[in-house]
Amino acid sequence: MTEGFLFQALIYLTAAIVCVPIAKRLGMGSVLGYLFAGIVIGPYALGFIGREGQDIMHFAEFGVVMMLFLIGLELEPSHFWRMRHRILGMGSAQIIITALVVCAGMMLLNFNWKTALASSLALAMSSTAMVLQSLKEKGLGDTEAGRSSFAVLLFQDIAVIPILALLPLLAVSTGHGTGGQGRAILEGLPGWLQTAAVLGAGGSVVLAGRFVIVPFLRLMARTNLRELLTAAALLIVIGTAFLMQLVGLSPALGTFLAGVVLANSEFRHELESDIEPFKGLLLGLFFIAVGASINFNLLIDSPLQVISLVFAVIAVKTIVLLGTGRLFKLNFDQNLIFALGLSQVGEFAFVLFGFMHQLHILPDRLTDRMMAVTALSMTITPLLLFINERFILPHFGTLEAEEKEADIIDVQHPVIIAGFGDFGSTIGRFLRANGIAATILDNDSDRVDLLRKMGFKVFYGDAGRTDILKSAGADAARVLITAVADPSTNCDLVEKIQKYYPHLTIMVRTKDREDAYEMLDMGVKDVYRESLDTSIRLGVDVLVKLGYRRYAATRAGQNFLKYDEAALLRLAPHRHDEKSYIYNAREQITLQEQLLANDRDVNPTINDHAWESDLRADSEAKE
Amino acid sequence: MHSNFRSTFTNDENDAATPAKTIPRQGVGTHDETPLPAPRVLILFAHPRFEKSRVNRALLDALPLSDALTLHDLYEIYPDYNIDVEAEKKILLAHDILIWHHPFYMYSAPAILKQWLDLVLEYGWAHGAGGDFLKDKTAFNVITTGGTREAYRRDGFNRFTIREFLCPFEQTARLCKMTYLPPFAVQGTYRLTDEELARQAADYGFLLQQLAADACSHEEMGQFTFLNDWIEDRQRIQTP
Repeated sequence: MTEGFLFQALIYLTAAIVCVPIAKRLGMGSVLGYLFAGIVIGPYALGFIGREGQDIMHFAEFGVVMMLFLIGLELEPSHFWRMRHRILGMGSAQIIITALVVCAGMMLLNFNWKTALASSLALAMSSTAMVLQSLKEKGLGDTEAGRSSFAVLLFQDIAVIPILALLPLLAVSTGHGTGGQGRAILEGLPGWLQTAAVLGAGGSVVLAGRFVIVPFLRLMARTNLRELLTAAALLIVIGTAFLMQLVGLSPALGTFLAGVVLANSEFRHELESDIEPFKGLLLGLFFIAVGASINFNLLIDSPLQVISLVFAVIAVKTIVLLGTGRLFKLNFDQNLIFALGLSQVGEFAFVLFGFMHQLHILPDRLTDRMMAVTALSMTITPLLLFINERFILPHFGTLEAEEKEADIIDVQHPVIIAGFGDFGSTIGRFLRANGIAATILDNDSDRVDLLRKMGFKVFYGDAGRTDILKSAGADAARVLITAVADPSTNCDLVEKIQKYYPHLTIMVRTKDREDAYEMLDMGVKDVYRESLDTSIRLGVDVLVKLGYRRYAATRAGQNFLKYDEAALLRLAPHRHDEKSYIYNAREQITLQEQLLANDRDVNPTINDHAWESDLRADSEAKE
Repeated sequence: MHSNFRSTFTNDENDAATPAKTIPRQGVGTHDETPLPAPRVLILFAHPRFEKSRVNRALLDALPLSDALTLHDLYEIYPDYNIDVEAEKKILLAHDILIWHHPFYMYSAPAILKQWLDLVLEYGWAHGAGGDFLKDKTAFNVITTGGTREAYRRDGFNRFTIREFLCPFEQTARLCKMTYLPPFAVQGTYRLTDEELARQAADYGFLLQQLAADACSHEEMGQFTFLNDWIEDRQRIQTP
């Protein structure tokens, strides 16, 4: 029954499409959704997929490979340079301390030192795929926690290269692996030569990226066939991965390197957008496979052992990460996000454990167990992050807020601005210039620091939390402005305010028309599309540049704004009914064109009688 | 030559910071006297639909070339009605003669000119205690009306004369201790033939030239009901 590619694809896609939206609705992020989808269709629940889940995972690991290529692409050398302290400092501290603690623990449990050292290095890895995805979804990418997580992950990803290169050295005494498939070329070579080959392969990727790939892409681009460039992009990734596998290196690392080399080329964005969709799908598949590969038999046989192992690993990693964050002066709540976020064992551990198994550093049973620990820890961290966000952070967040409460309560501001990026800060500055003080909520601790120095009254924290709103004076305020860039955050915030602070007038920044409809549906009256006014202002200036009178152009702009807002309101009720929406939209466009045509019509009829007195046949002349 | 007028006003929008714009270097001016050191005549032009106005375009095209003339196009400079009072005061101080040039809308001036009067002519600056900054300057209206001169009579369609309708301007000028001159009016505009329009435009150019050169007696001009009549009188004397 489970035969055939179509059936498999059907199962995977259905599972993803059912589970991911539910997980997102519950605020747990897509990664957890994919993992649950995997567990559900896996051999221990519905049984749609059996052991072939492992094969799928190997295939889907390619998603990780692509992700690293993309990360490499986004990492311009200058950016890399700016983050060097964080990457080297935090990254090395995290790996070395975690590995030492785990290694010591395992040696206490009577494992031999080689096994302990190798597995501890693998366990020190965190999941780049999962963490970056979660941070992006929660909009934390630009916070201190986000940047630190990225730095540490990057260091880990790079560290995999030397670890992979060093593992054969650990295996020397036990003899070589008996036929790892992809490593034919290096089989039988002494350890030091393998190490040299590995380093040579890395170097050749760098050189090829510089001198071969870019000219090759230029050639492809000249054909003007889009799909050929996509094919070329895939070829680069797959080729690099293949080369790496040939010398026994992690393909992910190779492609990462290739990505960094290409980051400065003119094809950067092209490659990015070509690879992105493949990466997204494959990563989803990868998480599903991880979920499906969790060996519940092991869990049933020795539940205590596995579970205590998982929690021991997570606990050790969290504590070490907290210490690292502390050392690098992260705020407590940022530090918590950082530490819990990175507390799982990552996808590279699968690769490393597999490699160690081949090299006989790890026995079969232990490999299985370690794989299970890795998969389970990946399932647990999104849950931990969720718990942290909902139940732990609110308490600690308020601790910080309460220190400031005194000076908030004696000055009650009538306006609260949630989100103080460029949009929000412009509002804030405008209000301040007119003598209106506003209380500002923002969840980027860097920005909060800066704004405090500039004399703004800023609360660090998520405006979606009622306790933060309370301490910001929502009880006494009159207007709340949501100026967050992310529409879904704005949505949540509006829901909360409507529930807990119905007296507040809500004024919402929305991204586009769709987003504005959403807000209107929720009963918000003051909805501001973020780019509407600017684009009209630009349009007015275009008219002026083309020779229109400035006043006529300004009026045309004002009218357009008015018509457009009116059309938005009129169309809002119809948008759920697709057909009538299209019909009405067309009607509205026609109407708008008519109205505007009236405005610039040179033939002085219908409107503006008063202005035409010097052209019109005045009745006075009839006397 | 008329077709490019609009762009003459708009092609250098980058210097919006300097609201005063000197007149375009075109038109029928014939003078070759040495230019006066300071500008003398300020034309406050207000027309919300200038792009449609044949008559006013002809009038502006007839402005003589002179450094003594400043054309200040209110709707172009303040499309949002947000008049920069301090800048306007500065410009006023730099001139001796102030012309309110506008179409005669509903027996008065377009809205922005009223806005200008209300905001710029401040108490304590233009009038009232210490309000002597405009003292001894001269002001008058240049208007275009759809109705003929006959329509603006007690027994005519509009029941009042142009001078009566312009009373608010006249008294405003008085209040600011300025001399108020009779209006220059182009009337019955919808019926004007191109030849008649060209002649009236030339008259306007002549008037401005005389004012810019300070070549006429304001007292004498004040004797006439319309400056059009003074010009006719002047030209009759000059060209017998």
